[in-house]
Amino acid sequence: MQNAARESLPQCQALKVLGPAGLKASLASMLLIRAFEERVDQLYLAGRTRGTLHLSIGQEATNVGALHALRAGDRFFSHHRGHGHALAWTDDPRRAMADILGKSGGFCEGFGGTMHMADVKSGFLGGNGIVAGGLPLSTGVGLAIQLRAEDAVCLVLFGDGAANEGALHEALNMASIWQLPVIYICENNSYAMSTPVNRSINVETISSRATAYGFPGFTIDGNDFLEVFDCVHAAASRARKGGGPTLVEALTYRIKGHSRSDRQAYRSREEVRRWQEPDRDPLLRLEATLLHAGIVDEEELSAMRLRASDRVDDAVAWAEAAPAPDPSGLLDHVYA
Amino acid sequence: MRELSYREALNEALVQAMDADPDVILIGEDIGTYGGAFGVTRGLLDRFGTGRVIDTPISEAGITGACVGAAISGLRPVGDMQFSDFITLGMEQLVLQGARMRTMFAGQVKVPLVMRLPGGAGTGAAAQHSGSYENWFVHVPGLKVVMPASAYDAKGLLLAAIDDDNPVIFCEHKLLYNTRGHVPEEAYREPLGVSRVWRRGRDLTLVATSMMVALALEAADQLAGEGIDVEVIDPRTLRPLDETPIVESVIRTGRLLVVHEAVETGGFGGEVVARVVASEAFDYLDAPPLRLAGKDVPVPQSEVLEAAAIPQFRDIVRDARKLARNEV
Ligand SMILES: Cc1ncc(C[n+]2csc(CCOP(=O)(O)OP(=O)(O)O)c2C)c(N)n1
Ligand SMILES: [Mg+2]
Repeated sequence: MQNAARESLPQCQALKVLGPAGLKASLASMLLIRAFEERVDQLYLAGRTRGTLHLSIGQEATNVGALHALRAGDRFFSHHRGHGHALAWTDDPRRAMADILGKSGGFCEGFGGTMHMADVKSGFLGGNGIVAGGLPLSTGVGLAIQLRAEDAVCLVLFGDGAANEGALHEALNMASIWQLPVIYICENNSYAMSTPVNRSINVETISSRATAYGFPGFTIDGNDFLEVFDCVHAAASRARKGGGPTLVEALTYRIKGHSRSDRQAYRSREEVRRWQEPDRDPLLRLEATLLHAGIVDEEELSAMRLRASDRVDDAVAWAEAAPAPDPSGLLDHVYA
Repeated sequence: MRELSYREALNEALVQAMDADPDVILIGEDIGTYGGAFGVTRGLLDRFGTGRVIDTPISEAGITGACVGAAISGLRPVGDMQFSDFITLGMEQLVLQGARMRTMFAGQVKVPLVMRLPGGAGTGAAAQHSGSYENWFVHVPGLKVVMPASAYDAKGLLLAAIDDDNPVIFCEHKLLYNTRGHVPEEAYREPLGVSRVWRRGRDLTLVATSMMVALALEAADQLAGEGIDVEVIDPRTLRPLDETPIVESVIRTGRLLVVHEAVETGGFGGEVVARVVASEAFDYLDAPPLRLAGKDVPVPQSEVLEAAAIPQFRDIVRDARKLARNEV
């Protein structure tokens, strides 16, 4: 196996902020997401899930890097491919699995399901079924944070495809004129369903759009946990000091099909395989770096992988044992 | 008799319309290589090329506006909204521009577009991917609203919608795509604004749309065994509505039940009931007209909750039986 370890770990903000234990926790979170998503894929193939599914496999470094760079009191919006965000933030695979299996005891009690997990008290303001749906919302949350003079930021994740919705323009412009504490993270995973980025956008980088709104934009390696963490952490620090919004474009790759119905006629197996190699796979890269730095050893790593898969086993068993939602509560939440 | 699925019937209608008229173009997300989210446009990119099967970025306002703009410029665009829910992002271009333009400009323009909306619940896709929005459009003068319930009607109505010189909202149901039925090979048209009487009956008039038509017909079969003779009518076009067969039916049966999947409040059922009550059928009513519709709640994801939110076969049987027995 090629050693893709980053030599520059000691200079990373991630090490300073998280410390070795925190870095291990972030790696554990990425391992959990991978194991969870692989299991969800199997559950789908076995006919045990309903509705569509969008898996995060391949995007774990962006999921975890972005969210672990926030702190308690901060808020964020996820999107349709949000299992990874939910796990990175809540570390609660049982509740996530209950939502996916349509059981009660999850985040949203059978109402939301895979695309609409939310844990509002903790700052997780929800997944979204509408591409770019979270962008204007995050501007509103940023406005509230500013008006109420809170020491917090709002982060919103969205895809490369979402960058082409008109909502993005309005949201980013408003955040800029009001200098709101919002971090816009584009998870550019190379495709929007069947549409490659270069067929839907006529500029080199999505981050270059930030220039048009008058705030900083960065294109980063979204499969490098450390780079994602450092970039988002810096953006959040600036936002906390009144420095306004940032647009971060994290380059990554969706390993699985777009959703359960995707026949993937628009890309080659070879291309997918290339992104699974050790120099690109986000898990293998962070593992190599932490091994190289002596933060984990092989034995501990095996134990961490085992623990991730055990927690997923437990989550499935727990969710399957959970009761179905009670239909008598159908109208309980329509109005406050 | 040749059978096709509803999906194949729509696909064939698109092929025949595009073969016959080079001005017919398709615009939407993932309609090319992917073949559309539900496979309706499969094979069309290969057949007609990127100039006529136009994949777009994820930009519903843009798609809708592009359809309107192309339509007033001599083309006959067929837009694909991927999921009906996403038309909410294109509402301004559709409603305030496309639907209003001809009147505002005193008849100077025609807006011959079709917007295909795959809608409906039953797939566990939750509140933002399961809506039935037909009545939002019924409320807009300038639009026509079509809602086919069978493969046969899907093809005939889509060809007629493409021929029409007005913006037509074409409401498909995700659960119907795999349903099969007789579909002739020739490019036949089913005229817009004509109801279909699916079944004759003496005791009760059951008006149903889209997915609910098949359930209504099954319910009618079951009730026939109980001696209740149900007439089933499918308006097929909600705007303009062909109410004559409904009114005539209620004059014979004295009882009306309207069933649709969209939520009850402000739904199409209210329109049907209002028209019947205001017609000569009023004097023949033996019972209050009833509506059976989606509960007033965003569609939930899990199976039990979703089933509780949407009219089921047993609900139709129950309400029709109650009505026929004067138990309302
Ligand atoms: C407004 C809207 N349009 C279209 C869709 C259907 N849809 C869901 S995800 C998706 C692709 C999104 O691509 P991207 O933003 O790049 O996110 P990714 O799926 O790659 O994570 C599409 C077209 C939607 N959910 N909402
Ligand atoms: Mg993408």
